[in-house]
Amino acid sequence: MYVAVKGGEGAIDNAHALLAHERRGPTHIADLAPEQIESQLALAVDRVMAEGSLYDPALAALAIKQSRGDLIEAIFLVRAFRTTLPRFGASQPLDTSAMAIERRISATFKDLPGGQVLGPTFDYTHRLIDFMLAAGVAPPPPVEAPAETEPTPRVTDLLDGEGLIEAETATGNEDVGDLTRTPLDFPANRDLRLQALARGDEGFLLALGYSTQRGYGRTHPFVGEIRFGEVEAEFVPEELGFAVPLGPVAVTECQMVNQFHGSAEVPPQFTRGYGLVFGQSERKAMSMSLVDRALRTREFGEDVVAPAQDEEFVLSHCDNVQATGFVEHLKLPHYVDFQAELGLVRQMRTEYFARQEELKEAAE
Amino acid sequence: MNAAANAQSTGYNFAYLDEQTKRMIRRAILKAIAIPGYQVPFASREMPMPYGWGTGGVQVTAAIIGPDDVLKVIDQGSDDTTNAVSIRKFFAKTAGVETTTETKRATIIQTRHRIPERELTAKQTIVFQVPIPEPLRFLEPRETETRKLHALADYGLMHVKLYEDIARHGHIATTYDYPVEVAGRYVMNPSPTPKFDNPKMDMSPALQLFGAGREKRIYAVPPFTKVRSLDFEDHPFKVQTFDTPCALCGVENVYLDEVVLDDRGGRMFVCSDSDFCEERRAEGHRGELSGEEPAFLKTAPAVEGEAT
Repeated sequence: MYVAVKGGEGAIDNAHALLAHERRGPTHIADLAPEQIESQLALAVDRVMAEGSLYDPALAALAIKQSRGDLIEAIFLVRAFRTTLPRFGASQPLDTSAMAIERRISATFKDLPGGQVLGPTFDYTHRLIDFMLAAGVAPPPPVEAPAETEPTPRVTDLLDGEGLIEAETATGNEDVGDLTRTPLDFPANRDLRLQALARGDEGFLLALGYSTQRGYGRTHPFVGEIRFGEVEAEFVPEELGFAVPLGPVAVTECQMVNQFHGSAEVPPQFTRGYGLVFGQSERKAMSMSLVDRALRTREFGEDVVAPAQDEEFVLSHCDNVQATGFVEHLKLPHYVDFQAELGLVRQMRTEYFARQEELKEAAE
Repeated sequence: MNAAANAQSTGYNFAYLDEQTKRMIRRAILKAIAIPGYQVPFASREMPMPYGWGTGGVQVTAAIIGPDDVLKVIDQGSDDTTNAVSIRKFFAKTAGVETTTETKRATIIQTRHRIPERELTAKQTIVFQVPIPEPLRFLEPRETETRKLHALADYGLMHVKLYEDIARHGHIATTYDYPVEVAGRYVMNPSPTPKFDNPKMDMSPALQLFGAGREKRIYAVPPFTKVRSLDFEDHPFKVQTFDTPCALCGVENVYLDEVVLDDRGGRMFVCSDSDFCEERRAEGHRGELSGEEPAFLKTAPAVEGEAT
C-alpha cells in the first residue's frame, strides 16, 4: 500500500534507489555519457532547452540522462534549476539577419538574397529505417562550401520595403515582460504571449497550429522564411552602458506571412505570425508562428471562434510542466475527498431505491 | 542549525527560496490577509516538485518559516502519506527546522485536504495546498470573467448551482470544496477539504493561508474571521456524519477514512487525522478493532529530522 500508513519514508527512498538502478540498465552495456546525448541526440537537447527556457546544452543533456529520456521530465528538471538562477535583466533584441545561417528556406520566393540553404534536414529523406546506423557505419564526410559572411536579409524585411506587410516597430517601451517573474494577466501583451509560446509544449502548439489549418481559425499562412543558425546574444550591463556579447545561441526563427483583407483603418496587407525557439526545431517554430498569428485575432478585429484564437485557453494550457504536474497529481491520494463522495453516492442510492419502492407500492 | 550553516550544507538559501522571492510572497500574503478571501495573484516560482503537488503551499511555508518554527505536514489528515513525507523532508533538508507529527507542538501546519481535529491555537498557522483556488471555476472557466464576478460580488451562479442540487437531489450534492463566504464578502474555495472541515475555519484562532502554485494565487483567512458555508434558510449547511466510531480509538464526530479489509465487503472506519488517533490511543482509548488491528496500521515510533 502506498497510502497513509507508516513506512512511507523508507518506501520513497527504496523507490528512488530502484529508479537509479533501472536508469543505469544492464552494466555490460556502456554508461551513456551526457556528451554523447548532447552531440548525438542534439534535437532532444534542443527541445529541452527550448521548453525548459534555459540555454545550456550540457545541462539539458544531463537532464535527459537523469530523466531516462522522458523529455517533459527533463524540461521540468531544467526549469526547476533555472528558477534558482539570479536574473540580471533582458538581453538586447537578437539580430537574426546577422545569423550565421545553417539552414534558410522560403516558401514564398523561388530565389532571394542569401539564397535557399537546405542545411541539415530530415526533409526529403525517405523515412526508411537505416540499418547501417545499427551497424555503426561512419557517414561519408559532408560537402563543404565557404561560409556566407554577408548578412542575410529576412523575407519580411523585403516585403516591408514595399509596405506589403504590416510594419513591426519597437513600441519604445524597453521593458519586456517576464512571465516567470510576474503572474500572467489577461489580456496579455504579445511579448508575454510569445514568451509563453516559446516555452509551450511542442505537441500542444503543433495540434493548435494544425487546427487553424483545418479551419478552426484559418489564417491563410505562407512560410515567409525559416532560418536556423547561431546568433550573438548581447547584454547591456548598467555599469557599462553599452552592449557586450554574452556568446552565441543557436535558434530557429519562423516568419509566417498571412493574408489579410484589411479593415476600415488599415489597407489590405500581409500580417505576421512569429516563432522563435532555442536550437533546431522547425516544427515548434512553425507551430508557434501559426498560433501567434491566431492569437492576434482581436488585434485585427476578427471574431474569436476557435480554440487557437482564444488567448486564455491557449496560454493557460500550453505549459507542459504545469499540465503534467496537475494531470499526474491525480496519482496522489484523494481518499478524503473520495470518502466524502462515497458517502454521498451511498446516500443518493438509498434515496433512489426508497423512491423506487414507493412508486412500486403506489402502483400495487 | 542557523541559516548560514544551512546554506553551506545544502547549497540553497534557507528554506530553498531566495530572499527576494520570499519578500514577494510575503507581500502577497499580507495583501491576502488584508482582504480576507480575495485571491491575490503572485509570481509563483517553479519549484523542485511538480505543479499540483503542493508547490503553492510549499512557497507560502518557505516564505513564512523561520529557524525556530516547528513544522508539521499532513496529506489526507496523515503525516505519513508519501507526499507529506516528501514535503517534510524538503524543509528538514533546506531549512533544517524541527519537524513534528504532533498537531499541538507545530507552529506551522502545511496540509492537503484536511484540517486537524484538534482545535488550532493563535500561535499556529495552517497552510493549505490548493489545486484550483477559484470557487467559480467549474461554473465559469474564464479567469477574466470570474475576477469580474468577484469584484461585483456577483455570486448568483453559485447559488443557482446549489439550488439546482436541491431541486435534483433534495439536498446540496457538494461534499468537498464546499464554497464559503469569508468576512461577509468574498466567496472562497476552502481547498478540497471535505465540508466536514468547513466549520473549523470559522472564527479560528489560527491564521489560515492558502497557496495555489500552478494557478499563481494566494489567499487567506485572518484569525477570528467569520467563515460561512453557503446555504439556504430552508436547507441549512450540514456536515457529514459517520454511523460508526473510529475502529481504533473509538472517537465519534470526527472525519473517518474507510479502509477495505478484504474482498468480501469487510470495512473498517478509522480516524483520517492519524496524530489525533494516536494521541487518543496513547491516552488509553480503544476502538472495537484496536485489539486486532492489521499489521499495516500498527504505529512505529515516529523518527523525525533524521533524513539523510
